[in-house]
Amino acid sequence: MRLLRVLLLCAPCLAASHAARAAPDEPAKRLDPAVLAGLAAEDSAEKIEAIRALAIQAGPGAVPVLQALADDRLQVAGGRVLVADGEALRDAATGAILPAPPDGAEAVTINNRVRRALEGTLSALRVFDPDRTVRLAAATSLASSVTPELLPLLDEALAAERDGAVREPLALARAQVLLRSDDRAARLDAVRALGEGATRNVRALLTAAAADEPDPEVRAAAARSLGAVERRLLLADVVNSVFSGLSLGSILLLAALGLAITYGIMGVINMAHGELLMVGAYAGYAVQTFFRRSFPAAQDVYVLAAIPVAFAAAFTVGVLMERLVIRHLYRRPLESLLATWGLSLVLIQTARAVFGAQNVQVANPSWMSGGVSVLPSAVLPWNRIAIVCFSAGVLLVTWLLLQKTRLGMFVRAVTQNRAMAGCVGVPTGRVDSLAFGLGAGIAGLGGLALAQIGNVGPDMGQLYVVDSFMVVVLGGVGQLAGAVLAALGLGVAAKFLEGATGAVVAKILVLAFIVIFIQKRPQGLFALKGRAVEG
Amino acid sequence: MTARTSLLRPLLRATPRAGWWAVAAAAALAFVVLPALHLLVAPGHPLHVSDHVVTVAGKIACYATVAVALDLVWGYAGILSLGHGLFFALGGYAFGMYLMRSIGRDGVYQSDLPDFMVFLDWKELPWFWHGTDHAAWAVALAVLVPGLVAFVFGWFAFRSRIRGVYFSIITQALTYAAMLLFFRNDTGFGGNNGFTDFKRIFGFPIAAPGTRVALFAASVAVLLGTLVLCRWLVTSPFGGVLRAVRDGEPRLRCLGYEPLWFKLGVWTLSAVLCGVAGALYVPQVGIINPSEMSTAASIEIAIWVAVGGRGTLVGAVLGAVLVNLAKSWFTKAMPELWLFFLGFLFVAVTLFLPGGLVGLLRSRRPRRPTPASVAAPPSPDGPAEEVTA
Repeated sequence: MRLLRVLLLCAPCLAASHAARAAPDEPAKRLDPAVLAGLAAEDSAEKIEAIRALAIQAGPGAVPVLQALADDRLQVAGGRVLVADGEALRDAATGAILPAPPDGAEAVTINNRVRRALEGTLSALRVFDPDRTVRLAAATSLASSVTPELLPLLDEALAAERDGAVREPLALARAQVLLRSDDRAARLDAVRALGEGATRNVRALLTAAAADEPDPEVRAAAARSLGAVERRLLLADVVNSVFSGLSLGSILLLAALGLAITYGIMGVINMAHGELLMVGAYAGYAVQTFFRRSFPAAQDVYVLAAIPVAFAAAFTVGVLMERLVIRHLYRRPLESLLATWGLSLVLIQTARAVFGAQNVQVANPSWMSGGVSVLPSAVLPWNRIAIVCFSAGVLLVTWLLLQKTRLGMFVRAVTQNRAMAGCVGVPTGRVDSLAFGLGAGIAGLGGLALAQIGNVGPDMGQLYVVDSFMVVVLGGVGQLAGAVLAALGLGVAAKFLEGATGAVVAKILVLAFIVIFIQKRPQGLFALKGRAVEG
Repeated sequence: MTARTSLLRPLLRATPRAGWWAVAAAAALAFVVLPALHLLVAPGHPLHVSDHVVTVAGKIACYATVAVALDLVWGYAGILSLGHGLFFALGGYAFGMYLMRSIGRDGVYQSDLPDFMVFLDWKELPWFWHGTDHAAWAVALAVLVPGLVAFVFGWFAFRSRIRGVYFSIITQALTYAAMLLFFRNDTGFGGNNGFTDFKRIFGFPIAAPGTRVALFAASVAVLLGTLVLCRWLVTSPFGGVLRAVRDGEPRLRCLGYEPLWFKLGVWTLSAVLCGVAGALYVPQVGIINPSEMSTAASIEIAIWVAVGGRGTLVGAVLGAVLVNLAKSWFTKAMPELWLFFLGFLFVAVTLFLPGGLVGLLRSRRPRRPTPASVAAPPSPDGPAEEVTA
């Protein structure tokens, strides 16, 4: 009962509780029968006290008993607590198998409140798990939600832990508890240890310590630690912003590459370009559905199979658009703008008719879930890393195609001077079709990438079309380098502004910036050198 | 007296006699026949015109005004705006502020503030709401705000010689940005719900038959006034310069004209006309929200003009009326087909009907020469990129 009393007073006198803890002789086996009896108590509060006391007293040794309680395998007979282990019954205190089941054994039942406390305790006890990843996850969650009575547990875990990556969050959690200690030296140690942290939680703790601490030396140390934590947090923020900006930028790039090619070569603003993204995304969805139905075992590679499908689908739609409509509207750019808008409406409504008006789910393959942690609070998700790499790959292929192949040479020739290219025998009509299909296919790939991080629905293209136009306007016409720089720049700028002002204002600021930028450089970042109608 | 006639004469002469007859007929229909059928003929009588018809007709008159305004810049000066929905909505919001204020304490929360501000827990009106309880100031705002926005934007855009599709997509970005701005609750215009639940206008109950008819008649009056004004403009020397801007801006500049002020003038006027139409539109439909600024809404205006025939004022009206009637019918009868219809309309009109319906009619009746270049083939020596644009 002494332990229970100590626990009731736990917050103000933790050090005392620490000192008073009875060192168990055989930590893994022997459990205090008095505490165990508490598990079978009628009162829920008493049960919870017993769960916590047991965990603190026995550390990892308490896990089998607590797990049994969670699985409803705990029984009580005449004051003795028993664990049902298959057919056999063990004494919970000693772990010895009972020769014969005692009379009048009753199952210990728990209500939801007890179950919640039990689950919390069990998850804290996972810091003793043999599996390193389980320990790391448990320690990380402890570092963000530690309670004072867990201090003995933390000490024990720290003593046993050899892995530096797991020790770090454990030490942070311990420091958070010690911060509230009465002992000046303990508090000083705590604020110094917290200086190693890099989470908002730690920052809040240190801010409070730097303000409320009575001792000047500890206060100064807290201020120093706070500075270090803030620097680390800022760095993490910058890394996060740059990275999400890059991934947004690479999506914009995929959307804008095609647009830059088609506008550059034909002077046609394709308002249906966003819908080509949608075609690619739905192609990904169709491939995913096909794999689920026909090759459930190979679901993780559906994305790879979807790449050619998305390209081909968007390429086909693009070539059809060019052959049937846009070809007839060369030299009438404003009208082609309206006609392609009409095409986009038709495509949206077709998608609604075929796939339904609701968004559909495109799942990440398992190898794309999770992320790499570069800093304690900066995790780069795999799906975004994959998108950045994918965009870089598409960009490389496009560049090679335009610079190193015969078709690419034709495309560049027509972009520079259509009439002259025609005169020297470039089949301009066919080049137009292929270039349009190429741009559309790249947009389809962009849609497939977008499907990995966003919603797939009939209206998804509309969200991106203004943004991708802005990339083309900013980057200059028909310029790969301009499109790349503009897309990444816009992506990163948007994410940074988003952090400072919120998403909507960020978007407005970016648009305003572009309108002003156009004042200075009407031809975009990289103007095509040549003889324009007017300079 | 002589001064007045000298001003009036070109105005009168700008429109042929048949045009004046059409204006008179429309005025008679709007100011006499329809009000009489709505107010005097008992409901249930076959000749009775229902509330719904009056509202739809008033709405279409506002749309037609917007179409004429867009036609003025697109059909005559070759400037395709994909942002006219913004000016329309700005006019609507400006007048909507007055309508919100005139609800008074009859709102859900019975506060002096508009309901959405009570909902956001605001204690006093933002500065730009001051004075909006006076109808005159609200009307002035409905004219000034779109005009000012258009003037500033146009000055920047035209000064750096942004033309053609570039200009179009920048206007689209402008209206898109404005829509995002108005979607925010903090902007102070009711967020995505916008303004609604109006109770009265100039002291009259807003849903009363008399008010409806008056608003309808005002919309038609504005439309007719717009038509006459634009007709006078495009037949004046000013209109000649506008057509020169459309057909060969570099050449015009070589001749010593500075196109900036001509473009800016007609652009601002067009925006103001849209603002007025928006101000009349809001009390009739009873709601204004940011979706009026969506890129789709603005580009739809362009298709009204294209269907009717750009470069002809009557074509713009015709297109607005026909497309909107079709829209009313489709969204009621088969809503899932409306986007298909609209989409194919865009494609078909641009491919097969570059002169619109009016162009089609005129090509059937060759005795009247087509003005300038609407349906004419591009002149061989013009600048290649935007001859008919």
